Amino acid sequence: MSQIVAEGLYKIFGPRPERAFDLLDEGVSKDEIQARTGLVVGVQDASFTVSEGETFVVMGLSGSGKSTLLRLLNRLLEPTRGSVQVAGVEVTDLGSRDLIQFRRDHFGGMVFQKFAILPNRNVLDNVAFGLELQGVEKGQREEKARAIIDLVGLAGHEASYPRQLSGGMQQRVGLARALVVEAEILLMDEAFSALDPLIRHHMQDELLGLQERLQRTIVFVTHDLDEAFRVGDRIAIMNEGAVVQTGTAEDIVLNPANDYVRSFVRNMDRTQVFRARTVMESPPGEADGQTAAGTGATVSLDATLAQVIRQAAEHPGPVAVRDDEGELVGIIRRDRILEAMDRDFSPLAADIEGAAAQVSTVD
Amino acid sequence: MFPFRIPLRDWIADGVDLLIERYGVLFDGFSAVVFFMVDGLKDLFMMGHPLILMGVFVALTIWMAGWKAALLAALGLLLTENIGLWPAFVETLALVLTAEVLVVVVGIPLGILAAGSDRVDTLLRPVLDFMQTMPAFVYLIPAVMFFGLGLVPGVMATFVFAIPPLVRLTNLGIRQVPQDLIEAADAFGATRTQKLLKVQIPTALPTIMAGVNQSIMLGLSMVVIAAMIGAGGLGEDVLRGIQRIQIGQGFEAGLAVVILAVILDRITAGFGERRGPPPGTA
Repeated sequence: MSQIVAEGLYKIFGPRPERAFDLLDEGVSKDEIQARTGLVVGVQDASFTVSEGETFVVMGLSGSGKSTLLRLLNRLLEPTRGSVQVAGVEVTDLGSRDLIQFRRDHFGGMVFQKFAILPNRNVLDNVAFGLELQGVEKGQREEKARAIIDLVGLAGHEASYPRQLSGGMQQRVGLARALVVEAEILLMDEAFSALDPLIRHHMQDELLGLQERLQRTIVFVTHDLDEAFRVGDRIAIMNEGAVVQTGTAEDIVLNPANDYVRSFVRNMDRTQVFRARTVMESPPGEADGQTAAGTGATVSLDATLAQVIRQAAEHPGPVAVRDDEGELVGIIRRDRILEAMDRDFSPLAADIEGAAAQVSTVD
Repeated sequence: MFPFRIPLRDWIADGVDLLIERYGVLFDGFSAVVFFMVDGLKDLFMMGHPLILMGVFVALTIWMAGWKAALLAALGLLLTENIGLWPAFVETLALVLTAEVLVVVVGIPLGILAAGSDRVDTLLRPVLDFMQTMPAFVYLIPAVMFFGLGLVPGVMATFVFAIPPLVRLTNLGIRQVPQDLIEAADAFGATRTQKLLKVQIPTALPTIMAGVNQSIMLGLSMVVIAAMIGAGGLGEDVLRGIQRIQIGQGFEAGLAVVILAVILDRITAGFGERRGPPPGTA
């Protein structure tokens, strides 16, 4: 089920924003519009859907409108035009009182790049903040907060103040504060971008681990392509306020919608992006299948190319790809692995199950 | 240079007359409340042995500013008692505290309003400039007209003189609350009131407390001036010293004002610092 449906979202900053629409229709560029009218086009014609339990990443460089887009979803910024539906409710139609209630019920708060935790509150009170706003009684909210503090690995720091914590720990507080309200949607704005690379990586792993258990619908904004591919089930790439391409990491690397996306993904680590199902030859020939089955090198359909390489290094002969039932569905030869590393690699159409269908492009 | 003179003084005098004529009852009522506050505080402070109040002061100073400051405060308080200025000291304290209560009650909400609306801010700014730069003596005249002679006009003149820094610093403090904290509050579904009480005021509190501190200091600087209209307290002793050219007596009273100022400064400044880091450092 689609949790979030955004359709034709626009955000234009400045007085009388309608003036920009005609120019946009004529295909005038963002910079040109700003020069002519002083209006800043933040987001133009963004449409996408996010399914329940999915981690949807919005990726773009600074100024691409990704953080603006995120704020249109919970109306921290008012959309100039367009529609946002969350759990079937048109968010843009809500009055201010209903909006506050809706944020409490559906958006599990937000995680911010600069943490945005309150300096005068200790960890426990910061984490309990959202529940406090909802009027949850003190004993109950502290109990819930303590459970989440354990979950994000901050146990023992309940009484610490933000200034006593490292950046990584502060962001755990930010994450715990958002998780504790138990709303189905979690908005994350460059949540890990201010952290050191090592800690960032660690936090990404933790998010993936938490997500496996909690299954929230996450909209995650980042400027870091590696991060986008690591945490995202699907990724929307933004440029100049527009969503240029939406799809899985593989879709985007294999079928970049335009040169902008192509230049972006050129230097991606393909061994982390490609899955066995994409690279394999399927169905396997009779003889090959037997060899592969004999060597003992086996991976699942969703194994990354890196895992395939590890198997291939340890065992001579092709690597067998098996589905969940253990059935042999394909094989990967060594030359095939090398081919996949090439930039011009494209799998046979038959190899990708419906991958092309998932790619939606807005250019 | 001009063939006519703008009758500014007549307008102001007429305006004041009109206010008294129309709202005299209100002023009287307000006057009674203020008098009751100052008098009540004074009686409360004078009720027990002087050492009790001194003890409270010293304890507060230890809590807010540490041992060294507290030791200094204790010596100062004992000296005040020793030179026979304790009753005047307490009276001045009551006057300043009453004025400060009014300053806080009016000043903080005004500061919050100004922080929330650029229009209010623009309107308020010249008024505050006016209040701060107008020579303090000038306030004595309308204060006397509205409230007669004595304690109450002293409190009111002090109030007018001391309120601007609190309004300004409250305004500044709330405007300086980082934007992402406001966004966080909104994202979690805070109402306006919740945002104000749980995010903006607590985060701005160190700055607001600096405003309270500043306004108390300004209030104390009005003590002598307010004594000219019979507000009593230490200011009266200073004035008497001037009028009779008794250098020693005047100096003693002046020293007592300084002692009170230092103690109140330590206590309120410490309060601002204790409540978390100043905005922007976290």
